[in-house]
Amino acid sequence: MIFVVSFLVVLMLVGAVSASIFRDLISAVIAAALVSLIASILFYFLQAPDVAMAEAAIGAALTAAIFIIAIRRTSRYEE
Amino acid sequence: MRRAVAILLLIIVALGISLSLAEIPFGSPETKVGKHYIDEGIKETGAVNIVTSVVVNYRGFDTLGEVTVLFIAAIGLGAVLTTSVKGETRKIQPASLVLYTGCRLLFPLILIFGSFIFLHGHLTPGGGFQGGAIIASGFLLIYLGCRERRISRAASNLAESLGGLVFVIIGLLGLVFGGYFLLNFLPKGTANTLFSAGIIPIIYIAIGFKVGSELASIIDNLIEES
Repeated sequence: MIFVVSFLVVLMLVGAVSASIFRDLISAVIAAALVSLIASILFYFLQAPDVAMAEAAIGAALTAAIFIIAIRRTSRYEE
Repeated sequence: MRRAVAILLLIIVALGISLSLAEIPFGSPETKVGKHYIDEGIKETGAVNIVTSVVVNYRGFDTLGEVTVLFIAAIGLGAVLTTSVKGETRKIQPASLVLYTGCRLLFPLILIFGSFIFLHGHLTPGGGFQGGAIIASGFLLIYLGCRERRISRAASNLAESLGGLVFVIIGLLGLVFGGYFLLNFLPKGTANTLFSAGIIPIIYIAIGFKVGSELASIIDNLIEES
């Protein structure tokens, strides 16, 4: 159990750091959605399934979609 | 030089946060109110899910505020985005076969799952906000997969207004019957059954419709503009 959680936390940190250094903004949004998804799994492990559901639906799906729609209106690559 | 100062400031902030957090006794029940919710919650509200009994019953007024914040955000987004000129319909590139078929097969299931989540909010984890968000993600799938389809603005506005009205009217009925806003005036029933917990399922159905239609209309506004 502790190994699974540690692996997820490390993956979450990798996602967070790569979201801030990616030049391609679509990739950055996907990395940020990965952070949200792992956060929701961790919420489930911490026995908060209510929060996990809201995080998975809003953080991982809807926020990423709104960011991608915004990127489609602007430019894809960061200068 | 600037970088060194920034690192120094970060260390000071980290020290401050960790020192102040170390003072908080996490895990030990210092407050009496949490213990009261866990021990007496099922008896007092009839809802098996303690989180729901806190969100809708004990702290129902805060939930009304939360729903209002989301409502104002959706209204504000609509007001900002619909000021630009509409008119020309761009030709829509059709989605791939996989996405189209997946959308047609999955959309009803997602809708049923979201409704299940908010109908059973007082029995299982989840509730109006979670169910509404799941329903809105189903509508997002419709926009990605079946691109010629659009949700009806009038229907989404109707669901949104009805949800808000039901919430406030139930609260005012509590004021009429028992003397305070959002009083649980309906019979509690037996715990662990679908028709229990008084007004909690009604309010969660209202919140589910409201949140679902608001988030779907936000996505609708954004996609129409892009």
